[in-house]
Amino acid sequence: MKFSLTWLKDYLETTASVAEICDGLNAIGLEVEGVEDPAEKLAGFRIAHVLTAARHPDADKLQVLTVDTGDGNPLQVVCGAPNARAGMKGVLGLPGAVVPANGMVLKKSAIRGVESNGMMCSTRELELGDDHDGIIELPADAPVGVSFADYHGADPVIEVAVTPNRPDCMGVYGIARDLAAKGLGTLKPIAKPAFTAAGACPVEIRTDDAEGCPAFYGRVVTGVTNGPSPEWLQARLKSAGQRPISLLVDLTNYLMLGFGRPAHAYDLAKLSGAVVARRAKDGEEVLALNEKTYTLDAEMMVIADDNGVHDIAGIMGGEHSGVSETTTDVLLEIAYFDPARIGATGRKLGLSSDARTRFERGVDPEFLDQGLDLLTGLIVELAGGTPSEVVRAGSPPSTAKVITFDPGLTTRLGGVGVPEAEQKRILESLGFNVSSDGQVTSPLRRHDIEGPADLVEEVVRIHGLDKVASVALPRTEGVARPTATPQQKLERGLRRAAAASGLNEAITWSFLPEWAADHFANGNDRPWVLANPISEDMKAMRPSLLPGLLMAAKRNADRGAAASRLFEIGRRYFRAADGLSDEKPTLGIVLAGEKTPRGWQSGKTKPFDAYDAKALALQLLEAAGAPVANLMVMGEAGPQFHPGQSATLRLGPKTVLARFGMVHPATLKTFDVDGPIAAVELFLDAIPAKKGAAFARPGFTPPALQAVTRDFAFLVPATLAAGDLVRAVQGADKAAITGVRVFDVFAGQGVPEGHKSVAVEVTLQPGETSFKDADLKAIAERVVAAATKLGAELRG
Amino acid sequence: MTDIPSQTEAALAAIAASATLDALEAQRLETLGKKGWVSLALKTLGGMNPEERTAAAPAIQSARAAIAEALDAKKAALEAAALEEQLARETIDLTLPAQAAPKGSVHPVSQVMDELAEIFADLGFAVATGPEIEDDWHNFTALNMDETHPARAMHDTFYFPDKTAEGKDVLLRTHTSPVQIRSMLDQGAPIRIIAPGRVYRSDSDATHTPMFHQVEGLVIDKDIHLGHLKWTLETFFKAFFEREDIVLRLRPSYFPFTEPSVEVDVGYSNEGGRRVVGGHGDAPGHAWMEIGGSGMVNARVLEFAGLDPAEWQGFAFGLGIDRIAMLKYGMNDLRAFFDGDPRWLAHYGFSPFDQPTLSAGVGARA
Repeated sequence: MKFSLTWLKDYLETTASVAEICDGLNAIGLEVEGVEDPAEKLAGFRIAHVLTAARHPDADKLQVLTVDTGDGNPLQVVCGAPNARAGMKGVLGLPGAVVPANGMVLKKSAIRGVESNGMMCSTRELELGDDHDGIIELPADAPVGVSFADYHGADPVIEVAVTPNRPDCMGVYGIARDLAAKGLGTLKPIAKPAFTAAGACPVEIRTDDAEGCPAFYGRVVTGVTNGPSPEWLQARLKSAGQRPISLLVDLTNYLMLGFGRPAHAYDLAKLSGAVVARRAKDGEEVLALNEKTYTLDAEMMVIADDNGVHDIAGIMGGEHSGVSETTTDVLLEIAYFDPARIGATGRKLGLSSDARTRFERGVDPEFLDQGLDLLTGLIVELAGGTPSEVVRAGSPPSTAKVITFDPGLTTRLGGVGVPEAEQKRILESLGFNVSSDGQVTSPLRRHDIEGPADLVEEVVRIHGLDKVASVALPRTEGVARPTATPQQKLERGLRRAAAASGLNEAITWSFLPEWAADHFANGNDRPWVLANPISEDMKAMRPSLLPGLLMAAKRNADRGAAASRLFEIGRRYFRAADGLSDEKPTLGIVLAGEKTPRGWQSGKTKPFDAYDAKALALQLLEAAGAPVANLMVMGEAGPQFHPGQSATLRLGPKTVLARFGMVHPATLKTFDVDGPIAAVELFLDAIPAKKGAAFARPGFTPPALQAVTRDFAFLVPATLAAGDLVRAVQGADKAAITGVRVFDVFAGQGVPEGHKSVAVEVTLQPGETSFKDADLKAIAERVVAAATKLGAELRG
Repeated sequence: MTDIPSQTEAALAAIAASATLDALEAQRLETLGKKGWVSLALKTLGGMNPEERTAAAPAIQSARAAIAEALDAKKAALEAAALEEQLARETIDLTLPAQAAPKGSVHPVSQVMDELAEIFADLGFAVATGPEIEDDWHNFTALNMDETHPARAMHDTFYFPDKTAEGKDVLLRTHTSPVQIRSMLDQGAPIRIIAPGRVYRSDSDATHTPMFHQVEGLVIDKDIHLGHLKWTLETFFKAFFEREDIVLRLRPSYFPFTEPSVEVDVGYSNEGGRRVVGGHGDAPGHAWMEIGGSGMVNARVLEFAGLDPAEWQGFAFGLGIDRIAMLKYGMNDLRAFFDGDPRWLAHYGFSPFDQPTLSAGVGARA
C-alpha cells in the first residue's frame, strides 16, 4: 500500500517526521518497503524568471536565455523549448542537480559554443507529468529563487507491505489508527458528512444469497455532474499509484484506499429493475471493467439486474453499467461478501483486484453505513446531486469475538512484561473493548483475532518487540548429547568419503524434463509429473540421480571442461503402495571426460572405465559400513547401462546396494552427451545398518606366524566369471585361505579358443603351527578340485 | 717360499690397482682364497715346530691382516663409486609434473547443513526430515492455512495431478514447516528439532530458483516464549558467523502458523561490495536485512499436531540455507548452486576434511 504523508495526516494528528513514522510502521508490523521523497528528487531545481530570450547564433531551434534565480546574478541558459520566452517563470535545474526522469547530472556546459548554466525543465523531465512539448510554465506570482520542491508541495510517499491478516490496514485510516496506538500521534475521528437524504431509494436492492452476500446496502444520488476530480483528490490517488479517472470513480477508490472499503457506483440509466446480489448461473458471462469477458459459474456471486450480470461481486465491476462522463444518476453499492467465496472466485477466474484483496481478507462489517455516508457526502459535495435514503438488504456479521484474556500471558508467551494498564491502553487504542473481568471484545474489523495469543501479539507489537530480552533455552546438564540418526551419519560420512575420493559434490534439480525421467524410470514406476511445472525442463521428479548429473556433465563438456567427476546425495522419488511419496536416499556418481589427461608419463588420455566405477562403488559402500566382502556382482544394472559393462552389487540375490558401469551409448545419445561415461548409483536405503552398538571392537591379535602365498594358473572357459572362480577357490579351505587375488587374465596365443587363463594368488594364513609340506599340498589339491568343478584346468 | 713382505707389497699394489670388483675378487682369490698364497702360507704354520712357528707367524699374520683390510677398503671404495655412478645415471628431472590426484569437494549447501546440525546439536536440537512430495494437509491445513486461506496463494505451489487416498492434493512442499507437524505427531512434546531440506516454489528469476533449501527450527516445551526464540537465533547466528557483534531486530509480521509472528532482521554493513553480517543495523554504514521468519507456534497448529495448547507452547523459525551460505561464504549467484560446474564447485566447495566441529569453529575459512 502506498500513500502520501499528507493523506496520512488527514487522519493522524502528528508532528512525527517521516523517518519516525517509518520506524514506527516497521516496529508495529507494517513493513516499510520504500519511501519516496520528491523533495530529494527535486533538490537543485529552483523557480526562475526568464529575463531575456534570444535566438542561438548557431542553432535555429535553440534560444539563449538569461534567467534570474533570485540572487541578482542572472544566469545564461540555452533552451530548446518552443514556449521559452522573456517574462515567463519556470523551473531551472542548476549544475549538480539530477534530472529525475533520466538520472542525468546537470553541469555547466557549452551548447553549440554558447555557455549554459543549467536546464529549464519540462514536467516529464521532473516526473511530474507527461508533458514534454515545452518547459513548465509557472504562474506569475511564483516566488523566484524558491526551491521548486517547496513550491510544488513535495509530499513524501510511503509504501508499506500489509500482511494478509490485516485488511483493516488496507486503508490509510487503519494505518493511522495503528500509528496512534504506537504513540505517534492522535487519530482524528471520521467527520460525519453533511448532506440531507431525500426520499426512499427508488431502486429495489436484494440479496438472494445471504451466505455469499450477507449485506447489500444501496443509495441513489440523482443529478450529479461527473468530471475530473479536484487536485487534492487526484494527488492522493496518485500517491497511492492510482490513475485518476473521473470524480465518481475516484471517490469510490478514495473510500477504498483511504478506509479499506470497496464500493461501487452504477450508472442508474443503465440499470433495469431490481439490483440483486445472487449466485451466477453456470455459463453466464460478464464483460468486466478490464475489458475482458469472464464466464461464471454457480459458485460465484454477482450483482445483476433484469438485463443480466453487471458486476463480479466483490472483485470487479462490469463495463456496461459503469459510470461515464455523462452519468447523471448513480446507484451506490456497498456490500459485505463472504471472504472465502470471493477468494475462490478470484482464484478460479485468475482475476485479482484491489477490491478482491480487501474482500477476501475481510472488510470491516461495521463500516457499511459510515462508508456509504462518507461516499455520499463527498459525491454531494463535489459532484452535486440529491441523495436518497439508504436501502438495506440483509445485515453484515455482528457477533464480536470475546476472549478471556490473562494479561500475564503477555509475559509467558511474549517474554516481556507489560503493565496491565498499558496492555489495556494498547488494546483499547486499537478498538478492543477490555472489561474489568478480563474479557476482551475484538472489533469486528479484526478478522485475524482468534484467541489470547493474538492479543499478546497486539500488545507486544505496539509495546515494542525490541523490548523482548533474550533468554537462554534451558540446556541439559553436561556435554550436548549426540542427535544424528544412523541415516544422517551415513549420508554425512559418505559425502566426505566421496569428496575425499576426488569427486565434486553437485546439487541438481529434483525435477527433470519428462523424457529424461521416463528414460530412467525403467517402466515399472510412473514418475511424479507436476501439473503446473515452471518449464518443460523441470516437470518430472527424478527416478534416478544420474540424469541430472549427466545433464551437468553435458553442460560442463559444452563449456570445454576436460572432465566431470560429480556426485550428488539426494532423493529419488517413487510411489509407495498407498500412492504417496516414497523418497529414497541415493548417491549418484557420473565420471565423464578424461580420467587422466595425456601425460609425459601416462601417455595418451585415458577415459573412465567400468572398473573406476566399481572401485568407487565398493570404496563408498565400505565407507558406508556395508559388508563389501559378502557382496555379489550380478547383472541387471538397468537399460541405461552398457549391457556388457555394468553390474549390480547385491547382498543376497535380491538386495541391490548399488549399480555401476558404463552408460549405455543409447542413453548418451538421448542426453546428447559424448562418452564414454561411467556411472554409479548407491541405494542408501538398502545398505544395512552397522551391527553392534558397542565401541569396543572384537578382540584381535595379528597372527604370530607369517602367511604364505601360492600361485595357481587356471585354464577356464572364456565365459566363466573370474569372480566365480575366486569364490570357489576361497571356499576350498575357509580356515586357511584368507585371500584370493586375480593377478593375471590372458587369452590369445597359447590359450585354446573359447578359453582364458586366469591366475590367482592365494594367501594362506597358518594358525598355531606352521604349514607342513603335506598341509600345503592338501590345500592346493582342494583349490584345484574346487576350480575343476567350474571347468577349470590347472595349467602346467 | 718367497719373501712375504715383498709379496705382500705386490699384492697391496695389485689391490689398489684393481679397477673393478671382479679384478678385486681375483686378487682376493690369489691371496686369501683357498689356494691363495696367504692361505697356503698360513697352512704351512701347522707343520712347523713352535719355535719356527713363532718366528714365521707374525709376518704371515700381518700380511693376511693387511691384505684383508686392503681388500675390504677397496671393495667399499669400488662399491661406493659404483653406487655413485648408478645414482648419477638415475638422475631424473623433478621439474616434470607429478601425477595429480583429483581433488574433490563438498557443496556449500551440504557444508552449511552440517554446520547447522553441529551448532544446533549443542543446543539440544535433533535433525528431522520429511517427504518433499507432501499432501496439502501437512503443508497447509495443519499449519493453519485452510483451503481458502489467502496465504496459500502466496506460496506459488507446485501441484501434482495426483490425490492421496483421502483425496488430499499432492504437492511439492513449499517450506520445511510440514516437518514440524510430522515431528510433533511422531514424537510429541517436549521437542527440539531442526529440519533442513529442499523446498519448492514456482518462482524463477535472478534471486529465486524453483528449488531451494530451508531449515526449520522447532522448540515445544512448557515455558518457552519469544525471549527464548530471540536468544536461540542470536546464539545460532553468533556461532554460525563466528562473531559476537550479531544484532537481530525482530519485527511483527504474519505467518498463519505462528502467533505472535516475528520477522527477523540482522544488521550488516557493506564491505567491498559484499554484505558482511554484524553490527547494529541502525549504526552508520549499516542496514537491516531480512533473514528469516519465526514466531510462537499457533495454538491451532499445536492442536493439529496432537498437542494440547493449554499444556505446551513453543517457537518455530525458518531460514534460507542457500541465503545464509551466500552471506557467510560470499557466493552471489544462487543459480550457480545447482549447475554442477566443477570450476564453481572447486572454488566454493569445501575440503572433505572441513568437517564442522565446535572445537575448531564450525566455519571453514577461505
